[in-house]
Amino acid sequence: MAERSFAEEVKKLRLGAGEEFRGEGILAITKALLESGVSYVAGYQGAPISHLMDVLADANEILEDLGVHFENSASEATAAATLAASVNYPLRGAVTFKAPVGTNVASDALANLTSGGVKGGAMIIIGEDYGEGSSIMQERSHPFAMKSQIWLLDPRPNLPTIVRMVEKGFELSEASNTPVMLEVRIRACHVYGRFTTKDNVRPSFTLKDAIERPVRDVTRIAMPPGTYVHEKEKVEKRWPAAVKFIAENELNEFFDGEAADIGIVMQGGMYNTTLRGLEVNGLADAFGKAKVPIYVLNVTYPLVDAEFVKFCAGKKAILIVEEGQPDFIEQAVNTILRRADIQTKVHGKDMLSMAGEYTGAVVRDGLKRFVARYRGDMLPEERPVEGDNSRKSAMAAVNGQVQPRPPSFCTGCPERPIFTAMKLVERELGPHHVSCDIGCHLFSIFPPFNIGATTMGYGLGGAGASAFNVKADKRVISIMGDGGFWHNGLASSVGNAVFNKSDNVIVVVDNGYTSATGGQDIPSSFWNNPIRATQNSIEKAVRGVGVEWARTITRTYDLAKMRDTLKEALTTPERGPKVIVAQSECMLNKQRRVRPQMRAAVERGERVVRERFGVDADTCTGDHSCIRLSGCPSLTIAPHPDPLRKEPVTKVLDSCVGCGLCGEVAHAAKLCPSFYRASIIENPTAWDQMKAKLRVAVIGFFQRRLARKAAFA
Amino acid sequence: MLDRANPEIVAGLEARAIRIAILAMGGEGGGVLAEWIVDLAEHAGYLAQLTSVPGVAQRTGATIYYVELFPKSALPEGAPEPVMALMPMPGDVDIVIASELMEAGRAVQRGLVTPDRTALIASTHRVFAMTEKIAMADGRADAPTLLEACRNSAKIFFGADLAAAAERTGSVISAVLFGALAQSRTLPFEREAFETTIDRAGVGVAASKRGFAAGMAAVSGNAAGVPAGDAGSRTSATAQAPAGSPTEATDAPLAALVARAEGAFPASVRPIVRAGLERLADYQDLDYAQDYLLRLKPIADAERRHGDGSGRLLAETARELALGMAYEDTIRVAELKIRASRFTRVRDEVRARDGQIVEIAEFMHPRLKEIAESVPAWLGRLMLRPGIVRSAVENATRKGRVVKTTSIRGFLQLYLVASLKTWRRSSLRFAEEEARLTSWLERIVAIAAKNYALAVELAECRGLVKGYGDTHERGVANYESIIALVDRLAGRPEPAQRLHELRKAAVADDSGSALKAAIAQLGTS
Repeated sequence: MAERSFAEEVKKLRLGAGEEFRGEGILAITKALLESGVSYVAGYQGAPISHLMDVLADANEILEDLGVHFENSASEATAAATLAASVNYPLRGAVTFKAPVGTNVASDALANLTSGGVKGGAMIIIGEDYGEGSSIMQERSHPFAMKSQIWLLDPRPNLPTIVRMVEKGFELSEASNTPVMLEVRIRACHVYGRFTTKDNVRPSFTLKDAIERPVRDVTRIAMPPGTYVHEKEKVEKRWPAAVKFIAENELNEFFDGEAADIGIVMQGGMYNTTLRGLEVNGLADAFGKAKVPIYVLNVTYPLVDAEFVKFCAGKKAILIVEEGQPDFIEQAVNTILRRADIQTKVHGKDMLSMAGEYTGAVVRDGLKRFVARYRGDMLPEERPVEGDNSRKSAMAAVNGQVQPRPPSFCTGCPERPIFTAMKLVERELGPHHVSCDIGCHLFSIFPPFNIGATTMGYGLGGAGASAFNVKADKRVISIMGDGGFWHNGLASSVGNAVFNKSDNVIVVVDNGYTSATGGQDIPSSFWNNPIRATQNSIEKAVRGVGVEWARTITRTYDLAKMRDTLKEALTTPERGPKVIVAQSECMLNKQRRVRPQMRAAVERGERVVRERFGVDADTCTGDHSCIRLSGCPSLTIAPHPDPLRKEPVTKVLDSCVGCGLCGEVAHAAKLCPSFYRASIIENPTAWDQMKAKLRVAVIGFFQRRLARKAAFA
Repeated sequence: MLDRANPEIVAGLEARAIRIAILAMGGEGGGVLAEWIVDLAEHAGYLAQLTSVPGVAQRTGATIYYVELFPKSALPEGAPEPVMALMPMPGDVDIVIASELMEAGRAVQRGLVTPDRTALIASTHRVFAMTEKIAMADGRADAPTLLEACRNSAKIFFGADLAAAAERTGSVISAVLFGALAQSRTLPFEREAFETTIDRAGVGVAASKRGFAAGMAAVSGNAAGVPAGDAGSRTSATAQAPAGSPTEATDAPLAALVARAEGAFPASVRPIVRAGLERLADYQDLDYAQDYLLRLKPIADAERRHGDGSGRLLAETARELALGMAYEDTIRVAELKIRASRFTRVRDEVRARDGQIVEIAEFMHPRLKEIAESVPAWLGRLMLRPGIVRSAVENATRKGRVVKTTSIRGFLQLYLVASLKTWRRSSLRFAEEEARLTSWLERIVAIAAKNYALAVELAECRGLVKGYGDTHERGVANYESIIALVDRLAGRPEPAQRLHELRKAAVADDSGSALKAAIAQLGTS
């Protein structure tokens, strides 16, 4: 069960010809796939295309009605390999994953796929996770397209253009026997907009047809001598075919402008930001009508030489708005113009920044620089901005006050106690080298835990500790999520540790979902999923690859057990890798599941016990050790109600879900006695009420006595 | 800024989309608010575009949503749709909505709030960042500075504690912010249009409408800003009275004592002394409170003789002395946990409604040392000596205990411990604390004669001793190692400043490395 449900929205996928679709980018892409007659879709979740996977899962019924097969791939490599169905058969297929990390994982399959080429249209939808909000290293997917020869579509970030590029992308793929990549940036994935729909298309040739009447063509297999032929084919046949298609179908766009002697070239994805930059500089109106001629590359690879030659004719200079580095497009354009002996000056990274996201301000300033150099006459007169000094002093004042707010474990997160336990073990055994992975557990690197030294990729937590496999007085700990475990970790981390006789400790965080990507199911998910096989044991899997020392902790909140198990793993004389599977359901998902059930039960009049924690302000001395060992969002500070104390008191917010960690921490770390657990009994039974009455009578008696004593003290 | 009187934006080069940035934290419903604005605008004949950067930032991190609205009426005949941006540009945002004060500060820091254009609508409550929460003392950002910056950089600022409004109305902050947006009249839509948007969304409509109305009320007539003294002030005037002070103000002997004290101390110190007296009478008895007055007397004299007129030495010492005398032992904890007033407070805090039963369980982990120190000294020594008694207590305290205070059995256990109060004066801990306080007070008096500022710092150092178990031990160790340096400091330039730095170093981390480094540096300088 994914974090976000698209059950309502997917109804829009049934819209027919001439209707208006309103919704998010990813939903529009899904609709475009159906309008293009795809036979199969697959992928692996990850921001910003997690929701695309969620949409597909929620739309499974609609997909089945159209005869479209959908798979939750085990990894991006699996997803990319799925496109093999389009090699021998006229089947259109699409896969999706996050980039460039997913592209990294998929690159083996992608290279093999592109070598032989495709018969049916093959599309890879990549969510380019670059810039603000990104959770990965800052790289581009562009070179993957270049090295394997995949056409790279980078549409203007509005729904009609994105939808058109999906449709045209399949045609381009088929016309050039080459897979295409559709690159959508994070904001484009989530952009809300409109487009006019067409009818969905049922594929005429089906997967069933292919299975029952198989064909093969040995020349399409990436094996010498075929591979030598493929390489020639790429440059001699497929490339020219693609360029011809792109030009004839006008996939790239030209917009006129009065300043004919200069021009701006941009990746399609940069269009809106660039136009806004022009608008703010007084060089365009709100509708995209600019004073400077514009050339939009909805296809950023391959470039069409003839189009550049045409655009640059009579121009002194052009500015290329190309986000990220290296400046592949700028370099290519320089080569194109040089070969054509055109003297137009090419600007880009010299006016804009070489690295980093092209935010509104970066582009606005770069455009101004460019225009000022060649056509300063077009820029409006500079006027002092009203109140600029008070803005500047306010900005200076907040510096140092505004603190970073990185993502962290959610309220009641079952991963938190694992790191609390590691902190406690650290007190006894000293610090350990910790190799991290990808997933929510990577938030351990931030305060308050500050645990973890490296992260080498999804499922590679254990692999990242491989070298530390020599005799030493300590062991190395690696962390891996259940998502990473099934994605790659079982073989690359666990199997590798067994085979190389590692003595290190691997902690597998088993919270039942790929939580960081939005709570999608995986093979070990706890609950039934009607279209997938879940509840496959991680411990069984690691024992299957040869792990002898494996422990499953079924409740991570049992801090003492968590701590003791970790300690045992770090100190046991037993040889071979020690694997701890730490299980408890992702709290975000659990609350989504349990809350409505509890509400309904209360409404039915059933007895329901809600638990939450609290702190007695009068015994809390404001040391905040508990926060340093927990970091729960619902555990916070508040002004101390005691007029004698200056330091803020610890406080539990009402968002507390009563996971129990605070109490466990108070016990295991021997902290203060300020924490209490309140059990709130809704719809108490007659027995509850009788018990309560008796208690009130007895306790009340003593409480009154106590108050009297105090009065006469 | 929008001209409300003329919402029909001129077509052509002058036409401009309304730009709205929403800064929120994951899980606060910033997305819902953004979707409401889109729906509101679309139904009023606007084209709307919304984008966000969710990803992992959703996991409690800072998140930004961006909306642009364009009136269809401003579209020239046959014109293409306007090109709307996907992210806010500094200097170009009309409305910034922030769900919390530091997020509003973040908007200011990013240059999104500018005096020539931006209406800033913000909740002025604080949700503390991790770095603020994990500080061993007080690591909070300065709320008045943030508030001031908001006021100075916005064209118009609508600020109020909207989280409180949400809580009062049983709603969520997104609904309250939507109300504040309506009240700000920065969008060309009427109140009914906002409310029908909530109806259309169809989820939790009644609660959302209550929140909406509360949001409107909260920022009504406050275009100039929030009243002074509101917004994240460090001492909360509204916070409940601690159970540690007796609620019966009618306690005549105590009242007499307080009255006597008020005559003897300058006005600036009176509230602290009064709080101290009440605390100690409650902690032990009236005699103990009287002791407090006696002990303060030399300090009051020192203040008179050597003071700089600020009264700081007396105030700080009075405060620390009260806290030091009311040290946290098992007896005190047990007593505070079983009071009727505490039961009521817990019910309020967990928002229990009539008819619901609340059971309270405590998480306690008293150790041998803490128990031995609370009982009469002869028994305490017996407990600490190797033997049957010691191992019995050790066995009983090996694991933490969950005591159900609302059960008769659990209550009586704590009641018994609280009853040890009668013998507190004869306990080991009492003697230890007395000795520490006495030597501390003597040194303050001695130093005050030479260096008033240093004496004030010395008075404040006692605050390092606090908490329970490890925290207490660490505090005592830090306190003692710093106190041991005071004489050495006294002979150097700026000794007060140096002592202050050492005290800050002691609470910089809980491994003691900052203090160690600071002391080492002292040795070399």
